[in-house]
Amino acid sequence: MKSFFDWIDHRTGSKKLLHEVLFENVPGGARWRYAWGSTLVFCFSIQVVTGLFLWLAYSPSSQTAWESVYYIQHVMWGGWFLRGLHHFTAQAMTVLLALHLMQVVIDGAYKAPREVNFWTGVLLLLLVLALSLTGYLLPWDQKGYWATRVATGIAGITPMIGPAVERLVVGANDYGHHTLTRFFALHAGIIPGGIIAFIVAHVYLFRRHGLTAKLPKKAPDSPFWPDQVFRDAVVCLAVLIVILFFNFRSHGADLDAPADPSEPYPARPEWYFLFLFQMLKLPVFKGSMEVVGAIVVPTVVMVVLVAMPYLGNSKQGHRFNLGFLWAMLGVMASLTYLAMNEDRNDPGFQADVRAAKWEAERVITLAGEGIPTTGAITLLRNDPLTQGPKIFARNCASCHRYDGHDGLGGQPKDKISASDLKGFGSREWLTGLFDPEKIAGPLYWGGTEHAEGKMAKFVKEDVPEFNAEQKEKLRQGLIALSAEAGLKAQAALDKRDAALIAEGQKELKGSTINCADCHKFHGDGDDTGPDLTGWGSREWLTAFISDASHERFYGEKNDRMPAFGTDKMLTEREIGLVADWLRGEWYVPKSRAE
Amino acid sequence: MHQPHVPPPPDRRNFLTKAASIVIGGALAVVAPVAGLFVLLDPLRRKSQAGTFVKVGSLSSLPAGGAAQKFQVLETKTDVWNVTPNEPVGAVYLQRVGEGKVRALNAKCPHAGCFVNFKPGDAMHYHCPCHNSSFGMDGKILNPNSPSPRALDELPVELRGTEIWVRFQNFRAGVKDREPV
Ligand code: FES
Repeated sequence: MKSFFDWIDHRTGSKKLLHEVLFENVPGGARWRYAWGSTLVFCFSIQVVTGLFLWLAYSPSSQTAWESVYYIQHVMWGGWFLRGLHHFTAQAMTVLLALHLMQVVIDGAYKAPREVNFWTGVLLLLLVLALSLTGYLLPWDQKGYWATRVATGIAGITPMIGPAVERLVVGANDYGHHTLTRFFALHAGIIPGGIIAFIVAHVYLFRRHGLTAKLPKKAPDSPFWPDQVFRDAVVCLAVLIVILFFNFRSHGADLDAPADPSEPYPARPEWYFLFLFQMLKLPVFKGSMEVVGAIVVPTVVMVVLVAMPYLGNSKQGHRFNLGFLWAMLGVMASLTYLAMNEDRNDPGFQADVRAAKWEAERVITLAGEGIPTTGAITLLRNDPLTQGPKIFARNCASCHRYDGHDGLGGQPKDKISASDLKGFGSREWLTGLFDPEKIAGPLYWGGTEHAEGKMAKFVKEDVPEFNAEQKEKLRQGLIALSAEAGLKAQAALDKRDAALIAEGQKELKGSTINCADCHKFHGDGDDTGPDLTGWGSREWLTAFISDASHERFYGEKNDRMPAFGTDKMLTEREIGLVADWLRGEWYVPKSRAE
Repeated sequence: MHQPHVPPPPDRRNFLTKAASIVIGGALAVVAPVAGLFVLLDPLRRKSQAGTFVKVGSLSSLPAGGAAQKFQVLETKTDVWNVTPNEPVGAVYLQRVGEGKVRALNAKCPHAGCFVNFKPGDAMHYHCPCHNSSFGMDGKILNPNSPSPRALDELPVELRGTEIWVRFQNFRAGVKDREPV
């Protein structure tokens, strides 16, 4: 063994190198406060390793980025852990950078002859922040997408070069494949390459000038190994434990719904950029002053940082530097607090966050069945449970309600003036319609002209006069009519009551309960009122939404129901989605369905 | 005089510090690579999904008398996260062979993968236009100078009611034995 190492040493000089690495002099002995630099190297190496493994499974394009990250996060073995480790270590790095910077300035380690080393450090700081920024977009989820749009938008307002810079970063007119390939190349290749080069320079210069001892020295000088190594290792371990704690606590990093330019999102940058975001919201930076907040202020801060080694040569200068950094930290902390506090107390924002969370969960449920090649976004766009309420809120809720709200849980400004459609097609809904107390009430036709129509009159005046036999036949008729809808939720009931339904169908055509006087049903009956054949079925409902004034339905007696299909207010697809949603037809995973 | 704390001799202390540094350092070094290895090895956990039967056609669409009929085979294709239903994966010839029995032959020529044609008529047979191979209705090679190394590939058939289900598979061309691809 020894001869093997000798052989290596003879050819590489490894012993001397190792000796130099391990026996660097630590003036004044090992101290905990010297560990920050090592923690950063440690974190960066975690990022390189986890990043490379993530790379093995990541696919940068707008139809595959989210999908591959979904697969890592939710399907692959330990994928969530790997991704979470990468995510939380990135956060830790930002914090450690700040600590390292503070320690260097407090200890005066930036003064001559260590200026160049300080500058490489500042560059490293910027590069790491750039890593965060580029990495945030890669999952191509709503969160990363919108936050990054804000960032590139800010780059775009830089005078003169802004638009060109923005275009170059985005890679096209708008976000898409090339934004991802560019961000990915920056994130996984160019920036880390730069960081490695600067770390080498940084460590080389650090070794060249030696460690800056915190005065007064507490102990005699000692070599780096083992006392300082031990301290560094313990601090790194503590950092790792914190990272693991956060990783386990939130089961890895979040993955929002896939990026969708057509769906608004409560965009916020990562927490360590929040202060910038909040700063730009300050009234001083309104309008044309935005450029000052977004570009000028950060530039000034950078200039001060770069000038610090010069300023630090005098005692006052050093004090100024310290004061400046503490003030910056203070401002950043308060702006961050302000931003978080504002969001916490903004019910609208909170509701948006909840909605976004819900969509993220929904798309992951849907993705379990496989994702079409058009991307996971298609899953959400074709999902009645996701789209139905939105379409309803936009188009139907000015008159109708769904369980008292607009479909999304909100309250439209106009009062309810047409029926509440929760459970439309079901036996309960129909029974309510045939309740003399309810038909002209707010939940059914109270707000419509139909409240004065023949049907309402029939329910209010004739039905109460029905004798027992008629009442029983009406009950059968309603069960049969509800069965026409073929609701998923009622499938078992309908199956059980098949005989009853057959009876009821006869009654709907017969003369005992008078439906046929006005309504057609499977070819029989008068057609003054809407045709009840297939009432509430997908076909019936989509046709009705398309054109309620069609003679199959209300004809001229239609009140205010727009012809959504005929007048091209909604596409066939949208009408289908809202109909499916009203009818309770959407994907339910097998395990939950049972 | 007794001191309450006697510091351990420097050598022993040094040894402990060294040992602890190495142990902790090892732990630090191991976490990220191990997490990565799990993800890297994930494909080993996935079952291959080959060998499922797919519906190809119905019995009624097959001519009587044993003439062959070509059917496209559509399968649900899974590519990691993408699932695409009804992807064409190949074609088969189906023919009746006796009461309630169907034979399925992969329409790809075992020589170099051209599509073979069915030649109806008195002497029904299959013919590959690329290098003139003839195959019998059972798939066996007919012409002695055929370059094909083996007969047409027969595929397992299952009748479910009147539906014909085939376990579709492609085999490597140009070799004597059937090797699934
Ligand atoms: S490919 Fe069929 S004979 Fe050559």
